[in-house]
Amino acid sequence: MREKLLYIFGAIAALLFVRNLYYIFMVFPDEASQGAIFRIIFFHVPAAMTAMLLALVSLVASVGFLATRRLRYDSVAVSVTEVGLAFLAANLITGSIWGRVIWGIWWTWDARLTSALVCWILYAGYLMLRRAIEEPTQRATFGAVYSIFAFVDVPIVIFSIKWWRTQHPQPVFWGGGSIPGAWYATALLNLLAMLLFAAVLAAIRLRQEETQREIDSLRRHAHSM
Amino acid sequence: MDTRNFTYMFYGFAAAWAIIVVYVLMLVARERKIRQDLENVKKLVEYREGR
Repeated sequence: MREKLLYIFGAIAALLFVRNLYYIFMVFPDEASQGAIFRIIFFHVPAAMTAMLLALVSLVASVGFLATRRLRYDSVAVSVTEVGLAFLAANLITGSIWGRVIWGIWWTWDARLTSALVCWILYAGYLMLRRAIEEPTQRATFGAVYSIFAFVDVPIVIFSIKWWRTQHPQPVFWGGGSIPGAWYATALLNLLAMLLFAAVLAAIRLRQEETQREIDSLRRHAHSM
Repeated sequence: MDTRNFTYMFYGFAAAWAIIVVYVLMLVARERKIRQDLENVKKLVEYREGR
């Protein structure tokens, strides 16, 4: 049943991506001041939103582990964090390329870019911390506490462009930003496609984590004989 | 389509998809390794139980 659901999610995501790519490249005109490069917004922003949502899921799973001590929550936390890192990396790279064209620079240490990079480093640190701890319950406990503290950066990333004057533009999709209706709809559909795709990847990673736990358990059993 | 900035737009899309593809390939490689490890440890348990 779960496998079927993943295939359905994957198929819907693929169809949405194809539909959106057609609209992005064949239907929408160039943006008046930025030209063709503006189309990158349809991946740049949804990738960021997907990463932030996955960070939220990681937070909830981490709190869930600390409250219940069930290792499944830890498996969920590490799975969604890893997938979120990939999407946040895509967001940072596309943003850098976009910035090179529009601002003439690959990078600047403004609030949005810096907090997003710090977010990526924090969650990469979470994965590195886990690799350093052998014992599963201790690894899960340290990881959960770290993940909760790492999430502090997520609202800073989101609201940095509202709280401070930044090189990064003000919101386009929320908070008073303006974008044509058809573009907004395509961006939302791309966000949906990314979320479905991220769910598939996270489910695969979760299954791998559970299998690894089973392997470790069998290994301990074999060595205790 | 205005060709202005088209090259960088292509690089941007290519970079976004490349990162995701690399991660998917990492998952595939990990899946293979995990299946192999599971096979090996099951054989080890059977061997130890048979002794």
